[in-house]
Amino acid sequence: MHGTSLIELYVFVLAGFVGFQVITKVPALLHTPLMSATNAISAISLVGSLVAAGSDQNRVATWLGFVAVTAATINVVGGFLITDRMLKMFRHAEKPKAKEVKA
Amino acid sequence: MSASYLFTQASYLAASVLFILGLRSLTKPDSARRGMQQAALGMALAIVGTLTKHEIVDYRYIVAGLALGSAIGYPLGMFVPMTAMPQRIAISHMFGALAATLVGIAEFYTLGNGAQVPHATMAALGFEVLFGSLTITGSFMAFGKLQEFLPGVPVTFKGQNAVNGLVFLGTVGLFAWLVFQPFTPWAFYLMVGLGLVVGVSLVLPIGGADMPVVISLLNSYAGLASAATGFAIGNEVLIIAGALDGASGFILSMVMSKAMNRSFGNILFGAFGKPPEKSAK
Repeated sequence: MHGTSLIELYVFVLAGFVGFQVITKVPALLHTPLMSATNAISAISLVGSLVAAGSDQNRVATWLGFVAVTAATINVVGGFLITDRMLKMFRHAEKPKAKEVKA
Repeated sequence: MSASYLFTQASYLAASVLFILGLRSLTKPDSARRGMQQAALGMALAIVGTLTKHEIVDYRYIVAGLALGSAIGYPLGMFVPMTAMPQRIAISHMFGALAATLVGIAEFYTLGNGAQVPHATMAALGFEVLFGSLTITGSFMAFGKLQEFLPGVPVTFKGQNAVNGLVFLGTVGLFAWLVFQPFTPWAFYLMVGLGLVVGVSLVLPIGGADMPVVISLLNSYAGLASAATGFAIGNEVLIIAGALDGASGFILSMVMSKAMNRSFGNILFGAFGKPPEKSAK
């Protein structure tokens, strides 16, 4: 195993802590977009898939990698698009409310 | 340290920061859209950074996969009605978990079917394919229940606890065995298979109304599978994004079960060990 794995454990724990801090502050209104946003971000497994599909190690890895790239790309493209669509609706819904408060 | 290595690492660092900023922007509706666009930019950076890696020599399958995935993902992002959002998210967890699982299997196969897998890497690979495979079938079950081609009521049968317990123990046993003896291909592939069964048996006894909690929990599992991938192939951006995702999914499922005025355990295991007629809603 590579010698950096203890550092990786630190990275994991600290990133989890950051995630916990940030996400507990997300209001309930935005929970559905948050779900689809984290879903899009979890498509980062595309990075691993690209390496499997493109490093020409053996046919099995290449084909599994190809399917993985396809599946992860569906999430990247679909996930970010649908999150954006949802948040666009929120912004339109938000504006008239803000005016009402001022008036 | 070559220039291309530094470029890849810099792109990963930028992507990680943009992901965290993107999630933070979701705390306010006004900033949310711009923040998520930044997160998408981070994703693009991470992809470009990966494509310049020197290990990648053959771009044919990558381009084909990216094209096919975009062709399927675009309509899934643009034309799915907002009312179908829960099942849309469930099915995409399935895709994410599928990617993580296949990468894990490819890695295991490439390293001499386990012969060259060190013990610690095997632990990471094991977590990866276990969380991945149970999320694949679990998400598909959740999707089926919400789309109503599977029965929405909790499905229970006699001896379910015993069956689930045996499958679960078998999976954990195989995992432990693999960490000590990585070169046992049959155990690895059997574990993947049992992981798929665990996914079904976890979601089967949960009713359709409780699905959002389950989907959120599966989100957490998909994130943990990504993080385990990061440990297995030594990639920090996978670990960070996976940890963010894992934390988010877990918190959301807690919050949602609290909003439904039920305990987390009650939703997940409420139908276990009860006679089937009780759960009719």
